[in-house]
Amino acid sequence: MQNIQAASRSSDAQVSFDRLKKIYATNDDDLLALNETSFSISKGEFVSVLGPSGCGKSTLLLMAAGLESSSGGTVTIGGQVVEKPYTDIGIVFQEHALYEWRTILQNIMLQAEIRRLSKSKIESRAYELLEQTGLKEFAHKYPSELSGGMRQRAAICRALVHDPSVLFFDEPFGALDALTREQMRIDLEKMWLEQRPTVLFITHGISEAVALSDRIIVMTPRPGQVDEVLAIDLPRPRTKEVLRSQKFIDYCDRITESFMRRGIIKY
Amino acid sequence: MESHRKLSKPSSWTMSTTAKKRSKRSIAAGLYPVLAIAAFFLIWEGAVRALHIPSYLLPMPSEIFGEIYQNAGVLVHHGQATLLVILASFITSVLLGVPLALLISFSPFARRMIYPLIVFSQMIPKIAIAPLFVIWFGFGFVPKLLIAVLISFFAVVIQSIVGFTSLRPQPIRVAQSMGATRLDLFFKVRLPHALPNIFAGLKMAMASSAIGAIVGEFIASQQGLGYLVLVANGQMDTRLAFAGMLILSVMGIVLYFIVELAERMMTGWRTVQRG
Repeated sequence: MQNIQAASRSSDAQVSFDRLKKIYATNDDDLLALNETSFSISKGEFVSVLGPSGCGKSTLLLMAAGLESSSGGTVTIGGQVVEKPYTDIGIVFQEHALYEWRTILQNIMLQAEIRRLSKSKIESRAYELLEQTGLKEFAHKYPSELSGGMRQRAAICRALVHDPSVLFFDEPFGALDALTREQMRIDLEKMWLEQRPTVLFITHGISEAVALSDRIIVMTPRPGQVDEVLAIDLPRPRTKEVLRSQKFIDYCDRITESFMRRGIIKY
Repeated sequence: MESHRKLSKPSSWTMSTTAKKRSKRSIAAGLYPVLAIAAFFLIWEGAVRALHIPSYLLPMPSEIFGEIYQNAGVLVHHGQATLLVILASFITSVLLGVPLALLISFSPFARRMIYPLIVFSQMIPKIAIAPLFVIWFGFGFVPKLLIAVLISFFAVVIQSIVGFTSLRPQPIRVAQSMGATRLDLFFKVRLPHALPNIFAGLKMAMASSAIGAIVGEFIASQQGLGYLVLVANGQMDTRLAFAGMLILSVMGIVLYFIVELAERMMTGWRTVQRG
């Protein structure tokens, strides 16, 4: 098990969480959504945060993106403490959050409009990404004309079109059927291998986390904090053979046992 | 050989037939209501003739059209007055209603203070308050406008509130993480999202403005088609009354469909579905 303290003070960390905490004030009581959480992500690393529902992992991501305020502790990206929406990222939510009133291409071009970037450059990059994700014929269609998997693909294109160095995913395949989820995972790894951006990936799928990540931060149930940090030493790309290997199974088993110990899974 | 090759190319051929089918369908769709109305008038005409119904009870459509032709000047004069009130009421309702909705949607203080007043304004029977307007503002345009606006601005406010407050947080977060300013958020996210609801409110406001204008004319004016119909009824000039009502109906329908056309142009994305 990795030394968590050392990991969070690592000098080449691109994203760094230092005792990050979130308390929601409600009518009856204060809800501790996320207990003090510390870890870091190095440049070009694919890190998953894996935990049961309610452990605060989505809140963690929102605070990291500057979209939610923290109740204690800090998030640092590229040496800069995040206090307001951090813009040099791409973000993909579980709900595609595409704008119904814009076509797929227009949704992606929103990046150019709001960030005031060169439209022609972004447009050509947009077409590249659409081609890569098999959405080229749907560029001028509305989100309501696409399936769930296609919409998520479009949301991923939107998150990548401005070439951010950091990517945040909040359970991006959670609303998709199992087969689509499988395919999206394979496609995502393929795309990631090209530029190797720094990735924070929130999920509650054990095999998904092991198949995608370099490291997994396993969270406890609510109030969530870091239970253990698992380094995944598997070759890339994570082919079918890798996913069938004993090492892969062992990683998944280890996490399952950890969840069983915590009462997250009960047989 | 050339023509054979052209025929075997599937994509362009089926595209043009689909386009042709679509335009044929919309012409057919537009034809049905016209045919229905024409049939209605024919049956009306036939029934009055066959049953020898006297003109002061129920005039024939042919008589009504004749009346319109004869009294064109009077009808246009009053029609213009009514049209002015309807349009002014509609525009005022929008200019008043949407900003109010914005205030109520985004300011808890405004919601607590203004919203109850707006609801209260709807509970007052307009017929009761209209004479008060006449006392304050005399007969004429102003009290008519006030009555019509009072009736129609509510739908705009309520629908716009729904439109603004029904937005989920994720679309906002997406834009925020791109670095959107508050103006960006409003014009690129909140407003487009609210537009379908706002248009529902606009359609209701147009219908209400028409009704409100007529009610206003009954009580507070000596101009307008509502006034004309009232006077014609009083003089048992049923033909003129019907002529006035027919023009009013046509005016209302045309205005309503103008709003619907604007809605279709600005929210056309709603009608596309996954094939």
